[in-house]
Amino acid sequence: MEIINAKGMDQGDLCALIKKERHLDIEIRNCCGQRYIGCGMKKTRINIIGTPGNALGAFLDGASITVDGNAEDAVGDTMNCGSIFIDGSVGDAAGYAMRGGKIFVHGNAGYRAGVNMKAYKDKSPLLVIGGKAGSFLGEYLAGGTIIVLGLHNPKNTPLTGYFCGNGMYNGKIYLRTTERPIGLSKHLLMNKVGEEEKETILRPVIMEFAAAFKEDPEKILKADFIAVEPDPENRYRELYAAI
Amino acid sequence: MREGEVRIPSGCAIAGIFARDGKRINGRTIRDSIAVMHERSNGLGGGYAGYGIYPQYKEYYAMHIFYDDMAAREECERYLDAAFDIINLSKIPTRPNPNITDAPLIWRYFVTPLPHRLSDSLLDEEEYVVRTVIRLNNSIKGCYVFSCGKNMGVFKAVGYPEDVADFYRLEEYEGYSWTAHGRYPTNTPGWWGGSHPFALLDLSVVHNGEISSYDANRRAVEMYGYSCNLLTDTEVITYILDYLKRRVHLTLEESASVIAAPFWNTISLKGEEEGKRLAYLRKMFSEFLVTGPFSILVGFGGGMMALNDRLKLRSLVVGEKDRTVYFASEEAAIREIAPDLDSIFSPKGGEPVIVHLDEGVRA
Repeated sequence: MEIINAKGMDQGDLCALIKKERHLDIEIRNCCGQRYIGCGMKKTRINIIGTPGNALGAFLDGASITVDGNAEDAVGDTMNCGSIFIDGSVGDAAGYAMRGGKIFVHGNAGYRAGVNMKAYKDKSPLLVIGGKAGSFLGEYLAGGTIIVLGLHNPKNTPLTGYFCGNGMYNGKIYLRTTERPIGLSKHLLMNKVGEEEKETILRPVIMEFAAAFKEDPEKILKADFIAVEPDPENRYRELYAAI
Repeated sequence: MREGEVRIPSGCAIAGIFARDGKRINGRTIRDSIAVMHERSNGLGGGYAGYGIYPQYKEYYAMHIFYDDMAAREECERYLDAAFDIINLSKIPTRPNPNITDAPLIWRYFVTPLPHRLSDSLLDEEEYVVRTVIRLNNSIKGCYVFSCGKNMGVFKAVGYPEDVADFYRLEEYEGYSWTAHGRYPTNTPGWWGGSHPFALLDLSVVHNGEISSYDANRRAVEMYGYSCNLLTDTEVITYILDYLKRRVHLTLEESASVIAAPFWNTISLKGEEEGKRLAYLRKMFSEFLVTGPFSILVGFGGGMMALNDRLKLRSLVVGEKDRTVYFASEEAAIREIAPDLDSIFSPKGGEPVIVHLDEGVRA
């Protein structure tokens, strides 16, 4: 493993250094705000200690990134494949326009998580949020899967903010709750997730999430889930969904 | 080239530190924080507001003024002399920095209204100061009063914020509260007066975003005697908040519900009482609704407020360690100066975070 000390390092220098490394296993220490880490990379495994800057793993194309801490805005922006594990929380617009690969967040996500995610040919992106999500979760969702678990939520506050799934026309949002999202649009359907769907779709994802962040998968799976998806009979018809 | 002459269609960085226990923080600390977000600015504006920095003159209004030339200075000083008792005047100490060029003349005056002029004016002291400042900015060519509060001061220039701190020798100031701005002007070329913070009395605003409602807001504040002459949209937020807080006596929370009023359908989801309150504020002060993306930090004597637009189209993070609160566009800027925080969170859109000095702490 190659260790890079990023203390005081310019983002351009850091990204160039990572790309030049022949090692397939890199650890970045003292990371503080450098943007675009792992941008477009195919194979490398990158472990980050510190706080990476915006657009972590943008256009990711197969590489895997782990962060020991929080990440900022636009994690996995337009990623194509690969994986990002954040053992902390993420800022706004996580998984923005991603069309493949997976992002696992142990903590909370800010506003617009999964905005405009889409599926592409054999690819279908996955965004898992261990805590809660902000408003506009899955806004204009066009494909893929978003799962919000609401873990570590002692006050039992809502898992999502306002305008959940606003403008969504494909894909699916799973929420580990029985509560209807606040002000859910009439263009969207909400259903309880049945046992079979839970076992086939959710179990493998939860197992991976639990293994990565040392959570108890059975405890997570014991609770009820709901799924939000577009109503095929009553789709959004306008270009910009009203709020 | 001046702002307003060219439109460049295209982010910014903001940071703040507030010591609730009144602990004095060196200007170097806020500089180190904003410098992490270098990429968010483009060198066309940087600035700081410090509170509690003039304890020896805390009873006096500290006027920071840019002059284009000596003639502007002479004319302004004649006016100041007639309106105020000038306790102290000097150039603001600066240090040459290769990246800070075209500096205007930068002067500082500690003043207090002349008692007979003040009583003749039939105005309260703050209104007297505000009117004088607006008048100076409006009527004297090449004169811009960019800071006029008590025991606080704004330091701003065209350049990256870290160079601006070096230029103004910010490490020579200490205060309990600081805000900072790194500018990336998106509509205009950027000039000294157009850098942030924008201040009136002890209220100062740093802003990341763009105000879609600028012209509607400008027309509204100009109805109440303000004048937007610094040619940057953020200026209008300062005047709106001054009007709502000082003249209408709204609380900061109420002012936040005016400028970042929730959507009608969000208001309908609130309880009856809260819904009524929000609807009242939205209807009563509709011309002060600020639309478009923004995150702002508002400094004032003894406190600070952070606020996002209702859609939360700009990032903002708040961290706490002991009695100190940190604000920044990006978490990394906070971690740089406070690696081990007790807590960190992102405020929701339209929901202000307001901090005050602890009870009994004097600025």
